[in-house]
Amino acid sequence: MEKVIEMRGITKIFPGVIANDNVDFELRKGEIHVLLGENGAGKTTLMNILYGLYQPDKGEIYVNGKKVNIKGPSDAIAMGIGMVHQHFMLVHNFTVAENIILGSEPKTAFGFKIDYKKAIKDVKELADKYGFNVDPNSIIEDITVGQQQKVEILKALYRGAEILILDEPTAVLTPQEIEELGQILKNLVKEGKSIILITHKLKEVMNMSDRVTIVRRGKVVDTVNTKDVDMDTLAEMMVGRKVNLVVEKKPAKVGDVVLKIENLQALDHRKLPKLKGVDLEVRSGEILGIAGVDGNGQTELVEVITGLRRATGGRVILKGNDLTNRAPKEIIEAGISNIPEDRHKHGLVLKFSLTENAVLGQHDKEPFSKGIIMNYDVIREHAKKLINDFDVRTPNEEVHAGALSGGNQQKFIAAREITKDPELLIATQPTRGLDVGAIEYIHKRLVEERDKGKAVLLVSLELDEVMALSDRIAVMYDGKIVGILDADKTNEMELGILMAGGTLNKKEGEHDKQ
Amino acid sequence: MINNKTKNVAFNALVKKAIDVLMFPLIAILLGLFVAVFFVMWAKNLGFIDGTATLFSAIWEGTFGKRANFIETLVAMTPLIFTGLAHSVAFRTGLFNIGVEGQFIMGMLAAALIGLIPGIPAPIHVTLVLLGGLIFGAVWAAIPGYLKAKVGTNEVVNTIMMNFIAMNVSNYFVKGPIHREGSASSKMILESAQLYRFLSPSERVNVGLFIGIALIFVIYWLLWKTTIGYELRAVGLNMHAAEYGGINSKKNIILAMVISGAIAGLGGAAHVAGTIHKAHQLVGFTNYGFDGIAVALLAKSHPIGVLFSSLLFGGLNSSARILQKFRIPKQIVYIIQGIIIIFVAADYIYKWLKEKKKKEAIKNA
Amino acid sequence: MKRLIALIATLTLVAGLFAGCAKKEAQQPTDQTQIKIGLATDEGGKGDKSFNDAAIAGLEKIKAEYGIEPQIIESKSADDYEPNLTTLAADNDLVFGVGFKMADAIKAVAQNNPDKKFAIIDSVVDLPNVASYVFKEEEGSFLMGVIAGKMTKTNIIGFLGGIKFELIEKFEAGFRAGVKAVNPNAKVLVQYANSFSDVALGYEIAKKMYNDGADVIYHAAGGVGIGLFNAAKEMKKWAIGVDSDQAVLIPDKADVILASMIKRVDTATYTASKAAIEGTFASGTVVLGLKEDGVGISPTINPAVPQEVIDLANKYKQAIIDGKFTVPTKPAEVDTFQAPQI
Repeated sequence: MEKVIEMRGITKIFPGVIANDNVDFELRKGEIHVLLGENGAGKTTLMNILYGLYQPDKGEIYVNGKKVNIKGPSDAIAMGIGMVHQHFMLVHNFTVAENIILGSEPKTAFGFKIDYKKAIKDVKELADKYGFNVDPNSIIEDITVGQQQKVEILKALYRGAEILILDEPTAVLTPQEIEELGQILKNLVKEGKSIILITHKLKEVMNMSDRVTIVRRGKVVDTVNTKDVDMDTLAEMMVGRKVNLVVEKKPAKVGDVVLKIENLQALDHRKLPKLKGVDLEVRSGEILGIAGVDGNGQTELVEVITGLRRATGGRVILKGNDLTNRAPKEIIEAGISNIPEDRHKHGLVLKFSLTENAVLGQHDKEPFSKGIIMNYDVIREHAKKLINDFDVRTPNEEVHAGALSGGNQQKFIAAREITKDPELLIATQPTRGLDVGAIEYIHKRLVEERDKGKAVLLVSLELDEVMALSDRIAVMYDGKIVGILDADKTNEMELGILMAGGTLNKKEGEHDKQ
Repeated sequence: MINNKTKNVAFNALVKKAIDVLMFPLIAILLGLFVAVFFVMWAKNLGFIDGTATLFSAIWEGTFGKRANFIETLVAMTPLIFTGLAHSVAFRTGLFNIGVEGQFIMGMLAAALIGLIPGIPAPIHVTLVLLGGLIFGAVWAAIPGYLKAKVGTNEVVNTIMMNFIAMNVSNYFVKGPIHREGSASSKMILESAQLYRFLSPSERVNVGLFIGIALIFVIYWLLWKTTIGYELRAVGLNMHAAEYGGINSKKNIILAMVISGAIAGLGGAAHVAGTIHKAHQLVGFTNYGFDGIAVALLAKSHPIGVLFSSLLFGGLNSSARILQKFRIPKQIVYIIQGIIIIFVAADYIYKWLKEKKKKEAIKNA
Repeated sequence: MKRLIALIATLTLVAGLFAGCAKKEAQQPTDQTQIKIGLATDEGGKGDKSFNDAAIAGLEKIKAEYGIEPQIIESKSADDYEPNLTTLAADNDLVFGVGFKMADAIKAVAQNNPDKKFAIIDSVVDLPNVASYVFKEEEGSFLMGVIAGKMTKTNIIGFLGGIKFELIEKFEAGFRAGVKAVNPNAKVLVQYANSFSDVALGYEIAKKMYNDGADVIYHAAGGVGIGLFNAAKEMKKWAIGVDSDQAVLIPDKADVILASMIKRVDTATYTASKAAIEGTFASGTVVLGLKEDGVGISPTINPAVPQEVIDLANKYKQAIIDGKFTVPTKPAEVDTFQAPQI
């Protein structure tokens, strides 16, 4: 088969990191090729080199058999390479059509005015050709994230892309949207386009791709045909050892209500309503997972519970104790622990030692301090205990938290929050950006806490994680809980419908008929 | 045996850390002196060897060489300990308190005012003078601190404005109510309000120096051994994480400003009570507050470092006098100080860029 | 690290170049038998085109005549006066403090160094080893009053003082007496700026005075006077300078400066040094007036001033030198002052 892209011996070194180490990669015409690897394996760096955003330190690139030197994205576009980034680059108050033509606007006869009529017509034709369901006249801020992604893809196609790179395209999509994306990609391939997908999700690899190149720590492990492998093999190649993909857990022993949230309302940072009346209960001995597409109020909900954001209405009650709009300190004291979403921003003071980080939130409590005087002997022992109990890999407890890998940082935060022995443990995106080993470990510890009879509130954008860990799943959409389902009685499709703002009544009716 | 070995390892680690921390400031100082040699050569028309010898002997004489000069080094160093510490506390909390200058002036004013009250026994009077300076400085810093925490206004802009207000308030009193006829300063403070000059009454070095040195250890203890310091540093390094950990960042911003201002004010009061015994009419700023920025930068905002960097800057200021005696322009000293600051700042910028690059690399990997 | 080494290497190279060009220091004319002289300036420092430069000019003259190189230390702030004078006293036989602000420091250092000689300008320090040089500013100011009194058309004249205290009041008293002597009907508006440096304030005060009808203003206010000249230039009125020949120093304002009252600080440093060299140095207060050529009319006089006014001023000068009358030194004495008819 014809090779459209060939990258040979690509090496890229960042200060302190070898992002790509002598990487070979090829893309055949008309295939969907997945670049699989854990966070930090070097997938995105490799594709940024192909798109001209970085220059390789070593190595050669061939496009359609010709050796090329890609100095910037404009070179890449000229060669027919288009890239859709993880974070979209769209002008929010422009229409779909305006965004698509941006940078290559069709002009009227005299070349002064943009020919909008032609633009809209072109976009419409393009969308119909590949089965995109997008209205060229919609404003970007009014359409869903899934549709915005389609606009990005259309933009690349409009500029004549024959080769399309998609960076983690499913991270922001509902299951239904993922399926729709799969169909679009198949249509594109049928028209002779070639596609590179960057992902770390095994299921999508199996469903969408023809071939897979597995990258680990900057090096290529192997390139295989998808139909020749299974998920376990891929996981092993990606991580470098056998992994257990299923979370084992005993049936929940559910007790009393620990956290009760009533009609909770709050504004976002732009002072617009974000939480529009959330009702929720979390009981002891259960993990309640909150599923939802990013930006539907999950972050704000956790911030309001932990006192970092003001509630404009409603109540947060922990074991009968009204904590609404109390200071974070009081809320911590009342017994809420939080493994935060952003471990660098919230979880740790990176330039503090592990010892100092070990008591963040408890530094003014006995036995860590008495009056204003801190007892560093006790604190150091505590830090050592956290490190030992949670298997944090570090030379000692005096190194800066920033010196640890992401997984070990997260383990350390989890250790600190779990060891506080809270009434309620909140875990927001607890495994984001971690390698599989660390994910396994964090999951195990969360289940352990539930088995000990704690109430656990899990918020995650990874639907698989929510489904694997939770006893009950609450779906959040547009600032409200739109459904609470038992984890063992629901499936991805149902959750996907709720996550997209749909209702289950009709679907359930159908189930009944069947 | 094993114990000894671990001790050795720990000691080696300590030495390595010390070299790591001290290397850049030391290189900066050496480079500063090195460049200054060329200006000496140029100004005095000397060769490299002679130029170096002239400069170094002048600085040595001006700093330590003679009793009188060493005393003046200590005198010049004393206010810099206070202002250097004041800046360090603010830097540690992520604030840039340019207002140390104004807070120092308010401390001087407090001492000049309280020092005139007759009929108070000496120990109480001195205590009142110092306490007054501390409170004036604290209040002067609390205003921009409060505005920063509650309204979000920039502390740099506000403290600069507060500096000018302080200068004019001080001048109002020194030219008006406490003006001494026929002079450009206030009335001399009473003997009961003066800090003890421990060598002789005519040698200006006084117990203010020891108060400053003691304060270094108090601030060290405060920053690293107490919950107050823990919270201040946490807010300075990562405000979001601090808030997540239940630390009230607004409260700590105000607190840091108040502590910083109190140190500066105390320094101003000690300067009046110990060294000059009156407040001068100010035609410009005293510059002790601004020099304190350099002292804190060179000390990497570490209290113990302030001891040495204030000695260096005090010595250089004192040397300016001796350089002129050798007919070398005093500006040479400012060149040395300037170069040291540039190199120290370059170190900060280099580290910041390195960090940023690293972060980007990780993000994009 | 590599870059650092490169930097050091470069600097060393440059050092070599410098060293190659450098010549041996020129031999200083020094005579071991002679005395040594030191001088501490105030914050104005060298190059202030006024007080400090004038004081140094006197020592330059000594250098030219006797080959004595003075040691000069500039003060960064008022806190520096004392250590600067102490340092100078350690090496020199005669030490000058320039300006009344140094009185406290001279007093302290002179007490600590009873074997050394000191001199202070513009203030009196009563110690056995201190010579105090003060000027009869009132005499020079009287002559400025004569010129102003003759030149005014509106019969309103202004006096702009710096900080109000004895020294500056002497300017006011002499000036007002001079005006009264030649033009008893003229009114003198008096205002103090409470500053020697606030140019903007000087401009405002001067403008107000001109608007109130004044057409000549005399200042004794240091840097504040710059504001006066700015206002005079803008409103096309007359101003009179002080301390040095300001029409020469500020040429772009020369057309509005009638004359300046010059104060020969250089005469003071020269006289004191000469006395010390010749072994006739005596403590106590030396007063320099018109007779001693310590104060006087500037060489530059605006062409708008008629010759007869200059002649009149010179007649008064002679009368004062001859002791025919005494110029008042306090503003309160002006009211009872009776000017002799000349």
